[in-house]
Amino acid sequence: MKLFKKIASFVLASGLFFSSSVFADTVKIAFIDPLSGPFATTGTIGLAEWKYAAEKLVNEKGGVLGGKKMEIVALDNKMDGKESLVQVQVAIDQGIRFIAQGNSSGIANAITDMVKKHNKRNPDKQVIFLNYSAVDPALTNDKCQFWHFRFDANADIKMDVITDVIAGESGIKKMYLIGQDYSFGKAVAAAAEKYLAQKTSIEIVGNELHPIGKVKDFTPYARKILASGADAVITGNWGADMVNLGRSLKESGFDGPVYCYYCATAGITKTFGATGKGMLNLVGEGKLNPVNPALEAYNKGLKAKYPNADMSQPRITNAVQMVAKAINEAGSATDMKAIAYALEGMEFENELLQTKVVMRTSDHQAIQDVHVGAHTDDVSIDFDNSGYGIKMYKTVKMASMDSPTSCKMKRP
Amino acid sequence: MDLFIINVIDGLIYGLLLFMLSSGLTLIFSMMGVLNLSHAAFYMLGAYLAYQISVITGFWVGLIVAPILVTILGAAVERYGLRRVHQYGHVPELIFTFGLFFVIEELVQYIWGRSMVNYDSPESLNFIAFSLAGGTIPAYKVFMLLVSVGIFVALYYVLARTRVGMIIQAALSYPKTVESLGHNVPLVFMGVFGVGTGLAGLAGVIAGPSLTTFPGMAFLLGSIVFVCVVVGGLGSLSGAFIASLLIGWLQTFAASYNIGAADILIAMGYEFPKDVYYHPWRDLWTLTLPQIGPILPYILLILVLVFKPNGLFGKRET
Repeated sequence: MKLFKKIASFVLASGLFFSSSVFADTVKIAFIDPLSGPFATTGTIGLAEWKYAAEKLVNEKGGVLGGKKMEIVALDNKMDGKESLVQVQVAIDQGIRFIAQGNSSGIANAITDMVKKHNKRNPDKQVIFLNYSAVDPALTNDKCQFWHFRFDANADIKMDVITDVIAGESGIKKMYLIGQDYSFGKAVAAAAEKYLAQKTSIEIVGNELHPIGKVKDFTPYARKILASGADAVITGNWGADMVNLGRSLKESGFDGPVYCYYCATAGITKTFGATGKGMLNLVGEGKLNPVNPALEAYNKGLKAKYPNADMSQPRITNAVQMVAKAINEAGSATDMKAIAYALEGMEFENELLQTKVVMRTSDHQAIQDVHVGAHTDDVSIDFDNSGYGIKMYKTVKMASMDSPTSCKMKRP
Repeated sequence: MDLFIINVIDGLIYGLLLFMLSSGLTLIFSMMGVLNLSHAAFYMLGAYLAYQISVITGFWVGLIVAPILVTILGAAVERYGLRRVHQYGHVPELIFTFGLFFVIEELVQYIWGRSMVNYDSPESLNFIAFSLAGGTIPAYKVFMLLVSVGIFVALYYVLARTRVGMIIQAALSYPKTVESLGHNVPLVFMGVFGVGTGLAGLAGVIAGPSLTTFPGMAFLLGSIVFVCVVVGGLGSLSGAFIASLLIGWLQTFAASYNIGAADILIAMGYEFPKDVYYHPWRDLWTLTLPQIGPILPYILLILVLVFKPNGLFGKRET
């Protein structure tokens, strides 16, 4: 009996030992984003997209390095900077070498600093930071570093595309800029001022920042915008601030277009519903509508597995496949330097989205097609299961491909 | 001038909405001597319940049923919660309502999720009531206005002109005497707490479609309601009314006029710095009225407490 116990405990212990990440035959990516608290909706949708992309686009196609599976490990950062760094450490301690994060540029800034320091001090345990959503231009300019890769188009690129569209709209003579009073809101306003002056003769009749998350009623703002005679509005608002602004504008009789960064999914599309039709114009990568058959099937599969998820961030499919490709090219899932060099400058053809992505060597900013689309119910892939979604009407191929960067990258 | 008039109307609608919340709060305070910190949570609950009912049966049923449900719930909270805590004094009562706020807020998010819900105004009110200066006032806003005014008139009538109102007013100041006269004072307390929270619920029902029904709504409006009550004078219904309108207008006008610190500084003879973005006083130079708008009510609160601690119309110390 005693012997049996000994054997049993040995088997159990060795089982635990071998299932730990060091020896497991999976390549793990730590997903660090809010999974609880007020921002949990966005984080949860992102996680579903990562998981489904890894399973469908990598594992079902044979995995990486001839059979290793890719696994997404979810870690909750509660949308808090300090907590995020703790979770990065947890991931590193578990032997995870890929960190994926996207919500909030502030947090991305903290993580990129930590990763940079960690990699310098621990050359044998280096990690790569996959930034799939944080769009502060600084991350690929002044704050750029070798281990950070951004898969979304940054705020400047998106503004470049928005202003391309606006320049083609002859009806727009006066523009109103409104945003939340913090770094991102300011970055959007600065970019809008710059590009509008460069490309158009549009007069900016208002440029203001409102306190973030504190405005109870946007009606007075809407009145002011109307009184200014603006033909269109540009805003970087997100969450309830976006919905309230849009609704107040509509209620107050504003009938011009609103160009926005974050006016879709996570409840926003559903809440706008018919109100947003003819008003909201979203800038983003990933052409969802009109759809191609492969993408439609992919979206159906995602919805079947995660009914409340959306294809809100198509770039995640780029990130997952490009990481897999880099691992295969490097021939190792642990030689992070080789993987980072493989990612750098990678040209990738995404069959699903039918687009090309280039990870620009100079600053690790993904260059891709960026689109502007309208909020409408004439879509195949909808958001929030509401019947409404974004239908793209203008595409800028390889947007801002030659844009300058202040990045001076130091390579190991 | 036209913009001024339209702002007066917007501020009035917003102020009256605040009154619907603060009236219940101030009544409960004058009765129990304790601030109901969970008041805004009942406002949120009203909006979400009305949303749920409107999905099934349409807006109008929700308008009637949701406030009744909130009233019943409020009465139950008083009967089975507050009344038991009451014997231990005011501080435990305060802490009880404080905890209740978070319980209700989390419960709502547990049931309806953490993203906003699509609670919309009814089809029949989806038209423009009138336009002014190129801006429009939707019919729903007019409806909000009418409901708020109706509530104010009804409340005033009940408290000042009916027998029930007399008993409530008497119970406010001399509960022991009223009890010895044979009236059921605990029942009056329960009724007032129920109706007070019910009014908050009704405010949520009609504000939900206009100010968006989302998990942060209770927190966003919660603190401003206390400002209304304190500025107006704790326990004073007419004070709450005046203070609510005042704060409604204060917030509306602050948000609509882009008067900046720069205008004032230039008027005082200072010169606008050339490269303001790198100027050490940049934050001061670029400050505008809409940016400080949300803190104006709190400045008012502090000023009132310093110079008139009873509030504008209050009879008792706060």
